[in-house]
Amino acid sequence: MALFDKFSKLAQERAALGQSGLNPFGTRIDEILSPTVGRIGDRQVILAGTNNYLGLTFDPGCIQAGQQALAQEGTGTTGSRMANGSYGSHIALEAELAEFMQRRSVIVYSTGYLANLGVIGTLAGPSDIVLLDADCHASIYDACRLGGAQVIRFRHNDAADLERRLLRLGERARECLIVVEGIYSMLGDRAPLREIAEVKRRLGGYLLVDEAHSVGVLGANGRGLAEELGVEADVDIVLGTFSKSLGAIGGFAASQHGDMELLRYASRPYIFTASPSPASIASVRAALRVMQARPELRQRLWANAQRLYQGLAGLGYRTGPEPSPVIAVLLGSAQEGMAFWQSLIDLGVYVNLVLPPATPGGQALVRCSVSAAHSGEQIERIIQAFARLRDRLPPAAAVTDHRVHTGGLA
Amino acid sequence: MKAEGLLMIAEQQILERLLFQIRRLAPPGTEVRPDIALVDELGLDSMKVMDLLMELEDEFDISIPLNVLTDVRTPAQLAQAVFTLMEHADGAVR
Repeated sequence: MALFDKFSKLAQERAALGQSGLNPFGTRIDEILSPTVGRIGDRQVILAGTNNYLGLTFDPGCIQAGQQALAQEGTGTTGSRMANGSYGSHIALEAELAEFMQRRSVIVYSTGYLANLGVIGTLAGPSDIVLLDADCHASIYDACRLGGAQVIRFRHNDAADLERRLLRLGERARECLIVVEGIYSMLGDRAPLREIAEVKRRLGGYLLVDEAHSVGVLGANGRGLAEELGVEADVDIVLGTFSKSLGAIGGFAASQHGDMELLRYASRPYIFTASPSPASIASVRAALRVMQARPELRQRLWANAQRLYQGLAGLGYRTGPEPSPVIAVLLGSAQEGMAFWQSLIDLGVYVNLVLPPATPGGQALVRCSVSAAHSGEQIERIIQAFARLRDRLPPAAAVTDHRVHTGGLA
Repeated sequence: MKAEGLLMIAEQQILERLLFQIRRLAPPGTEVRPDIALVDELGLDSMKVMDLLMELEDEFDISIPLNVLTDVRTPAQLAQAVFTLMEHADGAVR
């Protein structure tokens, strides 16, 4: 009994939300019809809450590569990267990613979450300091706990606040690990990476950038925000995922550091879990080739993102601070968020609902994710659905200044 | 004795500043006592508590790792943790 007592508050909250008969956190998608269309119950919906940025989940070449690997190498590796779970294809993918990312070393993990745990949680031990952006993803916080590092947060996207905290550390700043993200998953805003890199150059420390939402999305070649801003040389470690623009599952770390390879022998989330299945690895390798061969996918993604962002902002919704493939719409209370989310489903649009405390500003939000695979007509239908719900919003959630400015999770 | 007295005053001052900050976060009308549980009784979520630490870092100009929260339930315990960090920061209490 006592073990479960800690969930009593959670149970109450869930019961309160569940009175409406809705469960946005247990949605069953009954059928996936394409990268952008699914079926929930008897309703066909536009999928606008995936991370399928380039729409590659149904790319014929990726599917064929996955099927071929499934037939030739079987359904799973049944073992750790360190033991029997490193096939030729895992190693080949690492080499291809190293070439793509222009980094000496790439290590593939079984998920993006595990990549963060495996890198941050192994590099930063109890005597090390990690300075992280306050809005960093839960996997980064969890990674710090795994390694027992001393964690100091700085205000979201505030390079001056980072500098102030580094200065407090004195000489210890030179050894610390600074962690930021390329694109933040809640509001779709980017890190001021040029300014952060400048602070890092001056005061020291290592810089790790989680480009989970920005690989394939930003940069002339799709290497992420650091490439876009021309500061790749200042970034010591890049973390990425296969479960967004590359359309499968898995994660990776890329670095120029000569000792990075040693993590393979020290990183528990690398050693003590099974490696990605051959089919996943094969489809990621194919997706990586498509990503490089078809930059027009990135252009289409951004055209769609701009259109949806402008459309929603034009309706007077409070959105994230800049156009992005992740477009957050702030809504107000949890109940208002729930009702809004369900109404969107009823209108044939699936988005993600996020409730506080996971949201900046303590408000419920719905998060739209744009894909290169969305047609112009689908984007218009999403905007129309939001337009129909516009009048239901409480006055507080609709303001003249449509952009939310975050300054930490106040 | 005199030094000990000064230390006690310093810790008391930290607690008072801390209570001031917490009152701004607590639901209106709640009595914020030094021994109230920040999460279980006051209902502060993890984000609010972490943001509070950031405010305290700036207020006292010290680094407060999130790790201190492992052993902290109440404002009094947090004040004690901050006090200890200030002692160790430069060997003197400011």
